[in-house]
Amino acid sequence: MSTTSQTEMTRSDVAAVAAPALDVKPVKHDKALIFELSKPGRIGYSLPECDVPETPIESIIPEKLLRKKPAELPEVYEVDVIRHYTALSRRNFGIDNGFYPLGSCTMKYNPKINEDVARFPGFAKIHPYQPEQSVQGALELLYTLQCDLAAITGMDQVTLQPAAGAHGEWTGLMMIRAYHESRGEKRTKVIVPDSSHGTNPASATVAGFETVTIKSDDRGLVDLDALRAAVGPDTAALMLTNPNTLGLFEEQIVEIARIVHDAGGLLYYDGANSNAILGIARPGDMGFDVVHLNLHKTMSTPHGGGGPGAGPVGVKRKLIPFLPAPNVVRKPDGTYGLDHGQPQSIGRVKAFYGNFGILVRAYTYIRSLGAEGLRQVSENAVLNANYMMKRLAPYYDVPFNRPCKHEFVMSGRRQKKLGVRTLDIAKRLLDFGYHPPTIYFPLNVEECIMIEPTETESKETLDAFIDTMIQIAQEAEQNPELVQNAPYTTVVKRLDEATAARKPVLNCSCG
Amino acid sequence: MKHRYLPMTEQDRAEMLKTIGIASVDELFADIPEAVRFKGKLDISEPLNEQAMLRHMRTLSGRNADFDRYASFLGAGIYDHHLPVVVNHVISRSEFYTAYTPYQPEISQGELQAIFEFQSYICELTGMEVANASMYDGATALAEAGALAHGVTKRRKLVVSRAVHPEARAILRTTARGLNLDVVEIGCVDGVTDTAAIASAVDADTAAVIVQSPNFFGCIEDIAAIEPVIHGAGGLLVVSSNPLSLGLLEPPGKLGADIVVGDTQPFGIPASFGGPSCGYFAVTGALMRRMPGRIVGQTVDRDGKRGFVLTLQAREQHIRREKATSNICSNQALLALCASVYLSALGKQGIRDVANLNVQKAHYAANALGSRRGMKLAFASPFFNEFAVHLGDNADIGAINAKLLEHGFIGGYDLGRDYPELKGHMLIAVTEQRTKEEIDQFADRLEELL
Repeated sequence: MSTTSQTEMTRSDVAAVAAPALDVKPVKHDKALIFELSKPGRIGYSLPECDVPETPIESIIPEKLLRKKPAELPEVYEVDVIRHYTALSRRNFGIDNGFYPLGSCTMKYNPKINEDVARFPGFAKIHPYQPEQSVQGALELLYTLQCDLAAITGMDQVTLQPAAGAHGEWTGLMMIRAYHESRGEKRTKVIVPDSSHGTNPASATVAGFETVTIKSDDRGLVDLDALRAAVGPDTAALMLTNPNTLGLFEEQIVEIARIVHDAGGLLYYDGANSNAILGIARPGDMGFDVVHLNLHKTMSTPHGGGGPGAGPVGVKRKLIPFLPAPNVVRKPDGTYGLDHGQPQSIGRVKAFYGNFGILVRAYTYIRSLGAEGLRQVSENAVLNANYMMKRLAPYYDVPFNRPCKHEFVMSGRRQKKLGVRTLDIAKRLLDFGYHPPTIYFPLNVEECIMIEPTETESKETLDAFIDTMIQIAQEAEQNPELVQNAPYTTVVKRLDEATAARKPVLNCSCG
Repeated sequence: MKHRYLPMTEQDRAEMLKTIGIASVDELFADIPEAVRFKGKLDISEPLNEQAMLRHMRTLSGRNADFDRYASFLGAGIYDHHLPVVVNHVISRSEFYTAYTPYQPEISQGELQAIFEFQSYICELTGMEVANASMYDGATALAEAGALAHGVTKRRKLVVSRAVHPEARAILRTTARGLNLDVVEIGCVDGVTDTAAIASAVDADTAAVIVQSPNFFGCIEDIAAIEPVIHGAGGLLVVSSNPLSLGLLEPPGKLGADIVVGDTQPFGIPASFGGPSCGYFAVTGALMRRMPGRIVGQTVDRDGKRGFVLTLQAREQHIRREKATSNICSNQALLALCASVYLSALGKQGIRDVANLNVQKAHYAANALGSRRGMKLAFASPFFNEFAVHLGDNADIGAINAKLLEHGFIGGYDLGRDYPELKGHMLIAVTEQRTKEEIDQFADRLEELL
């Protein structure tokens, strides 16, 4: 059991071992670190011979600058490298392994063609400082992507530089700050709803703003009275996700925009939930002034186990002068270039031109779907979420009883009364070969379970997951201990996170 | 419409609508006010089928001069290094690249262990006690280091060498504006930071001195001489370093650095027009709990088995909101994996061998160019794999590079872009990829063009 990867388990295996596993004494068997495989004298590389006259290194670089003791890297051969990382991959779960309904993260299928094209030498093996005439294909791709993202979001111009959603938030807020300052206004406060992503207030803080948190109303939406009370001459912006993190569309968005704009503030759109509204509604038309998109969510680029992503930012015309440098432009002669000169620009936010390899994938995705396809993506994502919510509602509390968008939240409070926490439900799902939903977020729902199926999952997949969730709800009633002690089928059981934080061991100290 | 990524059939749709109890999908969007609904079709690029898409992308890709077809002497932060073939095979395992952040450690041990090993590699190379799971890139890592120094010391001045990468300094300025910090730049003497100028700039409000070694000009800084200046004033020493050079050079951690950052692009990460890359971030034990970004720690499971978890960290959803000192809660996991696989393949001997090849070839090239008519090495300071050549005060580097391209070469970086005093200077990088023949031919062509 202990060396069997979760990803290798079939469903019947799970059924067979799940209950009896309570009594099984697992064999203690740690997966070796690469450093533990080292044997002096082995090599795993092939380098060219030195074809220039070689000079002793000490005669080139003064000895005091040279390393006294070699870096203790492992000595392994190529088969060790491949087997080690293959073994690690088998201890990991990705979208290609199974359903991954992680709310707010839009874990849709990562198309294979995107991976192939990003590896073409003309994309993967080019330098950001090459002469512009030698990278026209890359610049054309970036320019077209800027235009397509502007059209999708309803904004006037887009920068592709930010490397992640949080990076986009900070970039956008720095532009908002520069905009107000250019008008001689000192606006210090950014308003966020209590359901907002944690990065929103964090980004506001590092952009030099104070954060004002306003509560949601009992329908899960921005409380307009609270918003009216919060805005004033010091309001720089409201940051909003729409649909919000509860998966609900802010129906009063027009009024929200009016309140903020009347106070002289701007509207920032956190694009984490854009998968609900592609071709259906655009942030620019809702009154937003700045928008970021998470291409690793909405535009199918892989999450890579935590990155790289890309967080392009779109702005309305009045904010264009503040965009980070450089911008990709189309010149009058039809060629493409980089424009470094914008006197009011906030400056640089990222080296070079953003995460180009990710942008290539997003471009490929958008062109694989087209306008009609993107709209279909959102319709299907929303239908999938509503179907799941409807079928699960008898078994788990659904705090907001109205149509959701691409995701929805449930509360595990009914199961909590039986002694089964939301964390336990999540861990039990692992035994059935699922990645659990997002849990304990947003913060304003008790024992929150946040489910986002995405459009790339079939009805059969949704039904099987729903049936599993129903089974776990029944287990919580009939045999809570079974759920409380899950998982049983994974390569490790629940880990001691408290000790990890109290007595940190953060590297193998091999040297 | 039917599409290969979208499984929903007409029958599925009908059954799901029936379960929900509605007649059409439109009803699910009834809460979007009429005034903000998008009508019509998005004005975006036309869709392409798979075959046409591949053809189109080959065309776009073919319009770029890539390293397979051109010999590159361009560095300045991104380098043409050999990519061991095992790297792409490992990062193409979809268990790695299609996974999210390892929030569920029981089914993410592979990624968590890979990051733990990456942290171990970075500590070993930099001589630091703690490293995080990686940052967006080396340039943003440097800006975060400045922010951390401010957070720890509560001081508002950052003293940065002009020999730090111009783009990293630009990002540092943007970051400093957000946090209301002052950035003071220090000039250079013979291609290295003017230590006397640092001494006069550092004061009781200085949070950190920030240097890069090898620096933007390729020269190796004398960190041991800078260290007492900033520590004597109670600030922190931040060093940005090309990690490949640390195969041969004394690690900044042994020279008193408090924060060491850099970019692991030289470790098996494709140049990819400058991104995505992978920054590293390492600190002393004293700064461990203040370090931004994700960190993986070792622990045990209920049965006492070794396992790994995200620890001491800010997750997207659990980041300390307005109390946060950094908004970074992701990492460049897949590219950190590239770097780890690269370092596993190279190992103890390989990292020294590849670093030595870079030194030898770069010095051969420097001698070859420095002895040619019209060319002169700009600096006499020791360097790693990059050096500046003066091609004449009136030399138009852009025009020269355009000509070099016609001969199959990607020429060096025009230092005059960022340093008015270095107009007519080209920064040339020579990695293990360049052969003696290419170097000799490059020198010939360059001489002809002057």
